[in-house]
Amino acid sequence: MNRLLAALLGAIVTGCAANPPSPAEPQAAAPASPADRAPYASTYVAPPSPPTLIRNATILTGTGTRIDGGDVLIEGGKIKAVGPSLTAPEGAVVIDASGRWVTPGLIDVHSHMGVYGSPGVEASNDGNESTDPVTSNVWAEHSVWPQDPGLEVALQGGVTSIQILPGSANLIGGRGVTIKNVPATTYQAMKFPGAPQGLKMACGENPKRVYGDDGRFPSTRMGNVAGYRQAFADAKDYMEDWKEYDANRAKYDREKEKGDEDAVPPKPPKQDLKLETLAEVMRGHILVHNHCYRADEMATMLDIAKEFGFKISAFHHGVEAYKIADRLADEGVCGALWADWWGFKMEAYDAVQENIAIVDHPSGGCAIVHSDSEEGIQRLNQEAAKAMTRGKLAGFDIPPERAIRWITSNPAKSLGILEQTGTLEPGKMADVVVWNGTPFSVYALADQVFVDGVVRFDRSKPGKPWSDFLQ
Amino acid sequence: MKTVRIAAILLATTLGAGAADAQDFLIKGARVHTAGKAGTLENADVLVHDGRIAAVGGSLTAPAGATIVEANGRPVTPGLFGGLTQIGLEEVNQEESTYDAELKLTAPAWQHMWRPEFDVTPAFNARSILLPVARIEGVTWGVIAPLAADSLIVGQGSAVTLDGRFDADFAGSKSLFVNWGSAAHAASGGSRAAQYMLFDQAIREVREPATAGNGALLLPEGRAVLKGYLAGGRVVFFVERASDIREVVRYAKVHGMKPVIAGGTEAWVVAKELAAADVPVVLDPLNNLPSDFDRLGSRFDNAKLLNDAGVRIAFSFSDSFQARKNRQLAGNAVAHGLTWEAGLAAITSSPAEIFGIGKDHGRIEQGQAADLVLWSGDPLEVTTVADQVWIAGNAVTMQSRQTELRDKYLERVKAGTAR
Repeated sequence: MNRLLAALLGAIVTGCAANPPSPAEPQAAAPASPADRAPYASTYVAPPSPPTLIRNATILTGTGTRIDGGDVLIEGGKIKAVGPSLTAPEGAVVIDASGRWVTPGLIDVHSHMGVYGSPGVEASNDGNESTDPVTSNVWAEHSVWPQDPGLEVALQGGVTSIQILPGSANLIGGRGVTIKNVPATTYQAMKFPGAPQGLKMACGENPKRVYGDDGRFPSTRMGNVAGYRQAFADAKDYMEDWKEYDANRAKYDREKEKGDEDAVPPKPPKQDLKLETLAEVMRGHILVHNHCYRADEMATMLDIAKEFGFKISAFHHGVEAYKIADRLADEGVCGALWADWWGFKMEAYDAVQENIAIVDHPSGGCAIVHSDSEEGIQRLNQEAAKAMTRGKLAGFDIPPERAIRWITSNPAKSLGILEQTGTLEPGKMADVVVWNGTPFSVYALADQVFVDGVVRFDRSKPGKPWSDFLQ
Repeated sequence: MKTVRIAAILLATTLGAGAADAQDFLIKGARVHTAGKAGTLENADVLVHDGRIAAVGGSLTAPAGATIVEANGRPVTPGLFGGLTQIGLEEVNQEESTYDAELKLTAPAWQHMWRPEFDVTPAFNARSILLPVARIEGVTWGVIAPLAADSLIVGQGSAVTLDGRFDADFAGSKSLFVNWGSAAHAASGGSRAAQYMLFDQAIREVREPATAGNGALLLPEGRAVLKGYLAGGRVVFFVERASDIREVVRYAKVHGMKPVIAGGTEAWVVAKELAAADVPVVLDPLNNLPSDFDRLGSRFDNAKLLNDAGVRIAFSFSDSFQARKNRQLAGNAVAHGLTWEAGLAAITSSPAEIFGIGKDHGRIEQGQAADLVLWSGDPLEVTTVADQVWIAGNAVTMQSRQTELRDKYLERVKAGTAR
């Protein structure tokens, strides 16, 4: 079962199991009009766009395939066809992409855009709820400032989808949100329809420094682990309480139906937003994105996931992921990594520039280039190019059609949106970048960026910035 | 074949030794980017003798005993500038015991803010693990600078070679570093207006020591040091906002300083004035966001606009660990309109001129130090790597802690046992 379907079914099950329902948080569902949508759900609807045929390009599909001299046909905001010599439907916009390259829209799984925006003023310092080591109750989307000027420059770098995460001050920092990178006044109007939320967790130095320096728990790595475990243990108990309530409620409903006037309705447990998020993680509806640098700590986190029966979608930063690349591949966990960042802290001391290529190497390996930076997000393609270069020199066979997966389909997979985007396959969202040449170059520039078939950036037609802040 | 060639050169490696020990060699058939007046020379040779460039041109003959390096058309550039950096002053940024770039004396509380005599040069650790990481990527020198968020006068630093020798600083390269604008907001009592007021007081203490009473900012040592900078010394101002840049340049000149603008996000606004006053700018061309209210005018073509106006520019990425990223900055500036030659100059000859070592470093010209890099392709391209680096004529061992870790784990990865 694909993740989206699982998420939707999950929402239905938890929504119907009891009355009052178990407190599953509203899942992002298909866009609805503001009047009848679920709270916090996406209101994003792609505006209509004309059919578009991109002709005679070097196409990297994101599935590992390269097509030379190929065409991409977009209709109704979706990829209609990819291949040689496609026919333009009537009224289609035809783009001659001779000498140019076409890729899926890039996806960054790790951004703090909008929660730590530009300008980085005190008043907008909204990325870390660093008042408690476990804040699984907070949602990054409730901090997102849609006017962050960083969003538009990321789009100019070809980035069409972004996961915005809380910071790493906490063991469990809160829920992340995946957005489509389009101009909007509200975050709901950017929210990726149907994308599961993420859960930000953090290993190592940050949480223990933030709280330990304050004389609070945790101050050690063993304290960190105790903190995650207690939180999930509490959430397990919470799920049991609701299970028991659901059974009692069902029993009560049956008795009422039989006409038992004396039946007493059970009292529901108190809703707990922190534990509910963790319960949703264990139900598989929220995907874990775990800031974790050291190989040994990643291994510990995999054990914690095993203990409580959840899955880690991706380790983020993972400077030492290369040391356990085969284990990550075996467990189906992605490594969301930098090409060459290192040294800024002790847990980033053992960096190698081959990290991404090595994580990519084993069968089932899932390497992702992420940014965690308003500068880096503008050049994910260059970071991938550096990692590709280092990998090739280390003896790995990494053609462009393979490396492009690090910034398209692999991040889509880790975010649970691969069914909708991340590759150029018929039926998917037409999130497409036309580059002035190979994207694996310092001179690469996105000429046009499509989001759901709509041209959101055209280098030949510079306009006024979107952000109200820049007016 | 390339490996064999490099291995032969490695036999001659004598890192840390003086230039006199360097082996003579001839790079043949290179695309030589001189970063000087000669521009780019196709199919050219570079002859190195006694650690210096003895000749540059076509069809040079190798003297007896000189090693031949076949470039086969690959590019050669001068060794790259690593930026204003804390290389050699820190090992792990967040581990305080390894960090020497900031003065934090606390008695009296303000004292560390007014110690121009604080000079990071003697704290430079030539054996830092950061050096090999940077130099195997073609970064052969940098300017080590003190850093402090809460000081106006931060202290002094020098240009240093990254070849691993202990006495690494270049003569005549010392600079004073000063925070200005919002970078020194707290240190100036919450108002940038007070930056002029306080600096006025410090200058008066230098010029009229008798006025330096109980409320003096400077100690006698500080007065002596600042005096030198008020007599034509190079003073690097970290400043971003156009109005501040303009005013601080005027102020520096009035008081006898030779200003360099570092940061300079809004320098393009006052490009003409900077060109007229011959004031260079050290910038990060990737800064295109309004990161704060001093940088509302940030734009991707800052480097191009400054260069077009005739301002001397150099590039610096503010991260010691990522000095190797400086050429990526140059490549991006070129992608956004700067000429390729100006992009290369901004990480070679231009910073060498700005920091007072241009006579000996930064260009591939006869008489210059043989700080050279042989590249696998376009030196500004992200898919290019340094095939071989020489500093003062010595071939650099192309290894770092990072390559050693890589080699240690590659075997496991290739065996499928990395778990």
